[in-house]
Formats: sequence, structure tokens, C-alpha cells
Amino acid sequence: MDALMNFGLGIFGGAWPAVWTLLKILLIVAPLMLGVAYLTYFERKVIGYMQVRIGPNRVGPWGLIQPIADGLKLLLKEIIVPTTANKGIFIIAPMLAIAPALAAWAVIPFTDSLVVANIDASLLYIMAITSMGVYGVILAGWASNSKYAFLGAMRSAAQMVSYEISMGFSLICVLMVSNSLNLVDIVNVQDQGRFAGWGLSFLSWNWLPLFPMFIVYLISGTAELNRAPFDVAEGESEIVAGFHVEYSGMAFALFFLAEYANMILVAALTSLLFLGGWLSPVGFLPDGILWLFAKMSVILFLFLWFRATFPRYRYDQLMRLGWKVFLPICLIWLVVVGVWMMSPLNIWK
Amino acid sequence: MDFQTAVFYFLSAILVFASLRVITARNPVHAALHLILAFFTCGGIWALLQAEFLAIAIILVYVGAVMVLFLFVVMMLDVNIDRIRQGFWNYLPLGALLGLLMVLEMSLVLGSKYFQIPAAEAMLPAGISNTKSIAALMFTDYVYPFELASLILLVGMIAAIVLTHRGPKKSKYTNPNQQVFVKAKDRVRVLQMPVEKD
Repeated sequence: MDALMNFGLGIFGGAWPAVWTLLKILLIVAPLMLGVAYLTYFERKVIGYMQVRIGPNRVGPWGLIQPIADGLKLLLKEIIVPTTANKGIFIIAPMLAIAPALAAWAVIPFTDSLVVANIDASLLYIMAITSMGVYGVILAGWASNSKYAFLGAMRSAAQMVSYEISMGFSLICVLMVSNSLNLVDIVNVQDQGRFAGWGLSFLSWNWLPLFPMFIVYLISGTAELNRAPFDVAEGESEIVAGFHVEYSGMAFALFFLAEYANMILVAALTSLLFLGGWLSPVGFLPDGILWLFAKMSVILFLFLWFRATFPRYRYDQLMRLGWKVFLPICLIWLVVVGVWMMSPLNIWK
Repeated sequence: MDFQTAVFYFLSAILVFASLRVITARNPVHAALHLILAFFTCGGIWALLQAEFLAIAIILVYVGAVMVLFLFVVMMLDVNIDRIRQGFWNYLPLGALLGLLMVLEMSLVLGSKYFQIPAAEAMLPAGISNTKSIAALMFTDYVYPFELASLILLVGMIAAIVLTHRGPKKSKYTNPNQQVFVKAKDRVRVLQMPVEKD
């Protein structure tokens, strides 16, 4: 590592810190985009097998080149701007969708030292940045000047605001027991406790004491991603394709990339906050980045499984779930955790 | 001019421009979008002052939640610009007076020493969490004003609901709460019929 630093300093001189930061960003974004591409392939294969089909199998061996071919096709397509659309906002909206999805990765730790920016309030940063993703959707719907797109945007705005509250409350429970807003600390705290002492550290992770919050976070996360069964913003059978109905080519692809990058982000966050991140589930195996990737893959598989299994929520049912079910659960569990931490039974010392 | 000063002037220029556009943009959605940009750059300037909790809080609360609802409402409105502009010259003296008063108050509160970026010695030492210090102040020294503020917000919320509530709904509607608890046996009756024979 030191040799690399000295080598960089020798070549770039004073500009090396900036170049090094850019390199780190590249090292995260490039694998992320590759991950997004193969997540779409994985999704089509998994849902295909669940529906007793084969899925993509024509481009390359087992259809492995399919996502690359799709990407090329989207790059070559024309971007059509509707005549009555608000052009500036129409063009900016897809960028506003993808930028937060990428910016949030700046503070995601992969191991306790492998993180681009280890800032003190990284959990708050993630909440703030991801809450801005909704603007891409709303502005796309409004700027398209199309009724389906506008309906999709309105639905999405109401849905995202509702589920962000329960998501925020479950994060508050996590930071209460971790006594920190730093993601690295939150993971490290999960390595302590009675079960971790016995070598069964997977029972010390946050998912067990905060089980209701884990479930609320996972379901709210699915809703925040506009994924099935909460995909009312797209709702193919009701409002054609929702907010991105007027988009084509790469502008459409950016929405797609943002959705899948956000899926990977929520999977990473769930693994870090509730499933112990890079920690090994049992004492005799070493911790490592592979554990994080394994946990993320399981959660990503869950998202695909949801999509293949559940029918879409009706809009009023969706609002009921957010406001009348999740919010009371969160408020009660918040008090329970607070009392628990103040009682002699406190397990997070 | 060091890097920090350059960033400060860059952000301030965007902030001033965006704030001006909020009041001059003809399209209300554009005005709302510029307000979002203003909040965001404001967060950036606070982050420059090492107040990372405030910076993230303004983005989380205002950009992430309040402005989404605001935009939601503004997009629904059919605003007639000409009618809004009608009384502009009549209201201008009063508005200018109020604006002048606010500028005066602000310049009284913010003495000249705050009109610059803090020197390096004023920076927080490493290891002190901004969030924890704010929380400690908020729940010890300022606990009563803080609770009072939240109470006022609650009163405002309830008042808004009371003012707009039009009594119970008279139209027919479905109750999803009852719907999700429906079992098949509530809706479907299985009949046993004897086999017909000729």
C-alpha cells in the first residue's frame, strides 16, 4: 500500500490525493455497474425458473452476455423528448435519479478499513442522500407532461415519504443500541455479546434483538425501491409504465440503473445494520468481505423472490401498511428498546 | 485564496442565485426546484463550517421530506401568473419595508465576526462528535425550549387537520383494514350436491 502511495506521489505530485480519490470512486462504481448488469440477468433467470421458464439463454453461454447486449441496445437507441415536455427538467430527472444511488456508496464500508469516506455520521448521510432519490421520479413524471407519468410520480412521492418514516425509525433503533452513527462502529458493536463469546456471533447481530425492526426495514426498503409488490409508481397494468413511460434509450436506462443500484445499496445496508456486515456467523471462520457479499446476495434474492411471488398492493392498502401498521410497530418498539436499554437486562453495554 | 474559501464562494454564489430564482421564476415548479437547490447548497455551507449534523439534517428534513410534499402540492396547482402579478405595485412598499426590517434584524444578530469562515484554531478537535454535542445541549440546557417547540409543532399539525377536516366520509368506500382479514370461508360457500342420475 505504501509503495503504491509513493508511486502515485512520484507521478502526480500534489494532485495525487485527488487522483487517488477518483481511483477509489472508479473502483466502487465500475463493479457496481457490472453488479447491476448481472443483477438484471440474475433476476430474469430466477423469475424465469420460478415461473417454469428458462429465461435468457441465447446470447453467449447460458445467456451470460445478455445484459451487455441489452446495454448496447439501449445506448444506441434514440432519446425521444416529447414536444410539450419541460425539456430541461426532462433531461435532468434521470441524472437526479442515478446520482444519489451512486453517492450513497461513498460511506458504505466493505470491511472495517475498506471504505471510501469513513465519516462520523455516515448513517445520517445515507438517509439524507437516499431521500433525494425520489426527485428523479417526481420530476420525470411532471416534466413528461403525460397523465400516466404524472400519476406515477404522485403515487411515488406519497409512497416514498410514508415509508421513509418507518425506515427512519428502524434505523433509530439500530443507532440507539449501537450508540453510534458510524457504520463501521455499528458493525463492530454486533461482534460483542454473550453469544459472540460462545462463538455463535450470528445470534449477537442486531436482527435478533431488533427482529421487528429488521422486518420493517426490509419491507420498507422494498417499498422505497419501488419494487414489486410496492411498484405502484410503475404499475404496468394500471398506468402503463408510470413515471418513465415517456423515456427511451439511455435516459430510460438511467432509471433502471438507479433502481438496481439502490437495490444493491439497500441489500448492503440491511447486511451492515442487521446481519453483521463482514462478520463471520461462527467463531471458527475468519471475518471478511465475502461474508458481506454473501449476505447481500441472499437479500437481493429475497427481493427477486418477492417480485415473483406477491401480487401488487392496491394504493390504499399500501398506505394502510405504512401508516397504520409499520408506524405503530416502530413507535412501540422504539419505547421497548429504550426501556430495555435502561433496565438491568440491558445486553448492549 | 485557499481551497476552503473558493468552495465557500462557489456555494454562496449558487445559494444567492437559487434564492433569487425562487422569487423571480415564473413557473412555480421551477421556483420550488430552486428552493431545493438553495437548501442543498445551504447544507453544503454548513458542512464547510464543520456542522455536519445540521448540514445533513437540513437535507434530510427539508430536501428529503418537506419539499417533496411541497412539490407534490405545487404540481397539482394551476397557477395563473397574470392574476398573481396584479397587485404587485400596491404591495411593493409594504413588502420592501418588511424585507428591510428583516435584513436589519439579521445584520444585528450576525455581527461582523460571523461574516467569515472560522479560522483553523476554531475547528473542532478530532474525536468530538457534532451530533452528540448537539444532543447533549438539546436534552440538558435547552430541554424546555426544545419540548416547547415540538409542542407548538404538534398544535400546528392538529390545527391544520381540524381546519380541513370535513366530517366523516359519506360516500361508499372500502376498508382495507377489514379486507385483509377476510378468509375464503367468509366469501365462498361450498355446496354438496347429490349426483344427478337419469
